Amino acid sequence: MSKTTLIKASGIQRYYGNSLAVNNLNFELHVGDILGFLGPNGAGKSTTMQIISGTLAPDAGQIEINGYDLIEQSTLAKQQLGYLPEQPPLYKELTVDEYLSYCARLRNIDKPSLPAALDKAKQRCGLSAVGRQLISSLSKGYQQRVGIAQAIIHNPAVIILDEPTVGLDPIQIQEIRQLILELGQHHGIILSTHILPEVQAVCNRVQIIRQGELVFNSEMASIDKSRHSQQFDLAFKAPVDDALLNSIDSLTLDKLSETSYCIELPDNESEADAALQQLLTVCCQQNWRLQQLTPRSRSLEQIFIELTTHDNSSGNDTAALAEKETSE
Amino acid sequence: MILTIALRECRSLFMSPLAWTVLAVVQFILAWIFFAQIDNFFALQPQLQSLKNAPGVTDLVVAPLFNITSIVLLMVVPLMTMRLISEERRSGTIQLLMSSPLSMSQIVLGKYLGMMIFFTVFIFQIGLMPLTLTLGTDLDLGKLMAGFLSIYLLIAAFVAAGLYLSSLTDNPSVAAISSFGLLLLLWIINANSPNDSSGNLFNYLSLINHSNAIIRGVINSTDIIYFLLFIVCFLGLSIRQLDSYRLQH
Repeated sequence: MSKTTLIKASGIQRYYGNSLAVNNLNFELHVGDILGFLGPNGAGKSTTMQIISGTLAPDAGQIEINGYDLIEQSTLAKQQLGYLPEQPPLYKELTVDEYLSYCARLRNIDKPSLPAALDKAKQRCGLSAVGRQLISSLSKGYQQRVGIAQAIIHNPAVIILDEPTVGLDPIQIQEIRQLILELGQHHGIILSTHILPEVQAVCNRVQIIRQGELVFNSEMASIDKSRHSQQFDLAFKAPVDDALLNSIDSLTLDKLSETSYCIELPDNESEADAALQQLLTVCCQQNWRLQQLTPRSRSLEQIFIELTTHDNSSGNDTAALAEKETSE
Repeated sequence: MILTIALRECRSLFMSPLAWTVLAVVQFILAWIFFAQIDNFFALQPQLQSLKNAPGVTDLVVAPLFNITSIVLLMVVPLMTMRLISEERRSGTIQLLMSSPLSMSQIVLGKYLGMMIFFTVFIFQIGLMPLTLTLGTDLDLGKLMAGFLSIYLLIAAFVAAGLYLSSLTDNPSVAAISSFGLLLLLWIINANSPNDSSGNLFNYLSLINHSNAIIRGVINSTDIIYFLLFIVCFLGLSIRQLDSYRLQH
């Protein structure tokens, strides 16, 4: 199924002075995508966000938003996007209603349809009760919501959210995630965040950026699939006989302490099942008191740490891994 | 779109105590000067009666009032314009404008227009004082209008320069002091050149030469063109600056 491409970024490059902040970044965003943008601090996440939203000019590369070139046809392209920067761009001396109306007018919403757009954005972000309050009198969480409302008021095709849940309480975070999921059905969303569970909760695609380069790009579903690796944690209440454990066919054993092991099963599914079965049988026969047998899951966190903490010497491995993941 | 930005700018201005304080303080000072000039006029009146072709009340009261107004503006305009763009840069609200479907010229013109709306209120308020004189005497309305024109052009020029300097920095006080410095320099730039040498570059650049001529009632196309060029030049520079802001920040 071919989906409408909302963002097509190719070869984006951006220098700050002599340091390369973003290097040759290519990616696409489709309708219905909620793309999680991950990376350690200073990896170039916010820079990329700013470039896509048109507030920062790239040194090289091309960005198309819903078919419009961001540089050549900038006003047409910008009409298609809503952007929440790291720091919400609020005029604190205005009331929520005044501010949102101003944003709507800037995005070419005409006077007759303004009240409806305003109500919808407020209702979506849970702001209906505070419309007449000054933004400066609102709490950080509510200000963040005003920032999100500002980004969606003109119903843009692409929504770019730079750390949208910072400063919110757990219930608000839940609400915002719900909102993002809801918006994701008809729009394309790019979400930058440090919070990995957030990506796992809402995104259907993940990209990891490191030192300005894209090192990982995968569908969330395929990460979930590959999560269950062939490694298991095994622990007993009392020390057991290693030799017996070792005797199990096609089981690789790694002793971690007196009573705990890490075992690796073969890739072949039937062999793995047989090995596991044999292990359990041995346990029963010897009356070993099994305490733990859990698959080691390859979570997003692990992938993230693997990809972002490797030094440059192992760059090839990560590149290969990224390639592998992309092809999946 | 320009009007939307202008009205927002104006609204924010009047929400802050700064605008009201400026209007109040300036009004008080200029009222004091106006009063002093009238007092002066009464003192001089017996001598004036013996003169042929004596200067009237417009020359002796209104013209000095406008002269002093222009000096007050030299200090007030930088204070008002300092936050125009630098504050947006500092608080990050400029990202809202930059990511909206707007051209840089729309942003600059909107901000400029917003500030001019504020100063129109300012002029109206100052202008009421000389207009009260019409209750008791005849004013030279032509000269009065020339005075208004001069002040208005002066403000338009000052605001354009202030807007540009505000776009250069994200620190409003730096914008204020540099605008004040630039305007003062242009004010006194011909201090060392003899007044009679017309055609001198410094004389042409000097703001005060052009505005004083208009206040005296001499409306010369050179002066009008000077102000228009001044405004267009600084607005153009501001647009350019915002454009390159996306490249450098």
